[in-house]
Amino acid sequence: MKGRPDGMAPEIEARPLLLEMEGVTHFFGNLRAVHNFDLALRHGELIGLIGPNGAGKTTVFNLITGVYRASQGDIRYKDAALVGLPSYEIIQMGIARTFQNIRLFANLTVLDNVRTAYHPHAGYGLVDSVFHTKRFREKEAEMAAQAQEFLEIFGLGARRNDIAGSLPYGLQRRLEIARALAAYPRVLILDEPAAGMNPQEIDELMDLIHFIRDRFDLTILLVEHRMRLVMNICEWITVMDFGEIIARGFPADVRNDPHVVEAYLGRQAVDVR
Amino acid sequence: MRQRMKPSITFLGVGLLIFVVIQALLSFGLLNNYWRGIIYWGAAITMVSLGLNLIYGFNGQFSLGQYGFYAIGAYGSADVTYRWVRGDPSALVVVLAGSLLVLGLYALVSAFLRRFYGVTVMARFTFFLLATILAFAIAVIVLVPVLGPVFTAVLGVLPTVASNQIVFLLALLGGAALAGIASFLFGIPVLELGSDYFGIATLGFTIIIKVLLDNTDTILPFPEMKGARGMIGIPQWTTWPWVFGSLLLVVLVMRNVLHSSVGRAIVSVREDERAAELVGVDVTNTKILAFVLGSIFAGLAGGIRAHDLAFLHPQSFNFIQSFNPLIIVVFGGLASMTGTLITGFFWIFLLEGFLRLFLPTGFETWRLVVYPLILLLMMLLRPEGVFGRYELPFLRREMPPLPEKDSTTVVVDTPQVAPESLTSLRMSPQVVEITQEKTV
Repeated sequence: MKGRPDGMAPEIEARPLLLEMEGVTHFFGNLRAVHNFDLALRHGELIGLIGPNGAGKTTVFNLITGVYRASQGDIRYKDAALVGLPSYEIIQMGIARTFQNIRLFANLTVLDNVRTAYHPHAGYGLVDSVFHTKRFREKEAEMAAQAQEFLEIFGLGARRNDIAGSLPYGLQRRLEIARALAAYPRVLILDEPAAGMNPQEIDELMDLIHFIRDRFDLTILLVEHRMRLVMNICEWITVMDFGEIIARGFPADVRNDPHVVEAYLGRQAVDVR
Repeated sequence: MRQRMKPSITFLGVGLLIFVVIQALLSFGLLNNYWRGIIYWGAAITMVSLGLNLIYGFNGQFSLGQYGFYAIGAYGSADVTYRWVRGDPSALVVVLAGSLLVLGLYALVSAFLRRFYGVTVMARFTFFLLATILAFAIAVIVLVPVLGPVFTAVLGVLPTVASNQIVFLLALLGGAALAGIASFLFGIPVLELGSDYFGIATLGFTIIIKVLLDNTDTILPFPEMKGARGMIGIPQWTTWPWVFGSLLLVVLVMRNVLHSSVGRAIVSVREDERAAELVGVDVTNTKILAFVLGSIFAGLAGGIRAHDLAFLHPQSFNFIQSFNPLIIVVFGGLASMTGTLITGFFWIFLLEGFLRLFLPTGFETWRLVVYPLILLLMMLLRPEGVFGRYELPFLRREMPPLPEKDSTTVVVDTPQVAPESLTSLRMSPQVVEITQEKTV
């Protein structure tokens, strides 16, 4: 099948398709940032997208989440077309993401960062807000309890009243994931979650990613430069260079693919082995 | 734990006290007309500035358009009462029924537009503009002859004092509604612009309104507004309860909205527009909501001011004046309701009260030198504003109580749900002193 490696286990192939990209091409002016990109994600998968700097990985994420509108091609989520939808609608449909450079609401508290992501699910409207009705109080309490639960999972429970911008870097990364999860996504897109982390933090992050996938029944797509992380946790990998797919397969195959080694991995792949 | 007075009770209690004291001073004639005017003016300016703080301080959209909406509210409501006391209910019908009709049509138009993908901003704007024109055309052509006599008859049953008060209330609401509609229409295309460009566009709006008001009797069909000569003969109906009631309404509505999920969405747009959009906040609608709400506050303030002065002149709404609320908001502290509340009154007291009285005769204009000096000093010494982001307890965004509330010292436990592999992830159990909830 297009957008997937060959030789997948039949029980995985039996799962429903969640996110599909077909022939997606995107231009910035005359620059072709992404060319003929295919990807098909089945429910519950954890896959990686790698490539050298400027290969177009983040552009792919921005195309999925509606930051850019694809010049050509189809992007579908559960058979609904995403191209042309505003970002917030795509997020509300069930796709959440984090950012390469952390984008928290730096002046708000940790709890408010998470509660903001609940806004589409608040369950009350402007009138309830103005009058602080019974419904408002109930839903607010419910929301606060759920947000607190997320924070506890990420070890941020005790820091709920801290200003997000004042958190140490690693916790800011975690808070960003917590905020993304609060939007109730089915698909989670992580843009370089391990950027700036030390090896021990990366180990913790790998555990965390596995844990949230099982706990929240997520399908995860991640971009990452750290080979250790990608090779260890991703079920299969797509490699991009200059906006094109140059390889696709299981970590072991990709690692030995001559194109990939040439384009990107170089010595690091040898180190990992 | 010591029982503390609920902030809401304290706030409303102090508010009531201020109300009673000033009412008593007015009733016993201890405040002369001059100081009464200063207080009312201070309240009006405070409402306008609170609206701007919602737009600029909380939503992050730099706007110079507040005085345009202030003017729309002032002239709109003044026209309603002006005509009413001269036995003409037409303005009342048009403003009220027209606004309701506009709301209904807006609901229809937005339901209709929701069925399409990728409607451009200008198409959206055109649809809403047409809906507005249609609604007011229906109001003028159809509803005035039908509803006019009804209004006159129904309100004529009541004694004049009572009917005047009702008409005043409707006029205030109508003025606010007009300002809201204007800001909605203006906001659709213009809020798409980035922040600085938006500021310039709103400045343009204020100038357009001023020019239109200069020509109300020539270009616009309102001879009673007398264009650049100024509108006279507006009934002087603003009393202290009206002023206080409006201000309290504005404060309560703004506070309640800001303390809700809608408020968090508004603030998140200020913090990071892209991130807000990508956690599912409809950024465009949120901006329009904050803009319209802030403009409604300004429109309400306009009605209050018009019926206190009993005289309106376009010159008092020119674009230089429109910097006043901006100065107040920045001076008091961006995103601080408390700061705006206090600075709004302080500003008028200082500029129009004390300095006017205490500068030696012939030197009154020097107050316009004194206040920029104060501003300069302020920006050098305390650029975040006098109050920074301080809020009174009642206006503060409260954090919901922690689940473990029974003891003051809580051991924050690790989650039960985490699997064994997560051990290293969890934070080590910490002893956290919970003394008082920290807030933003």
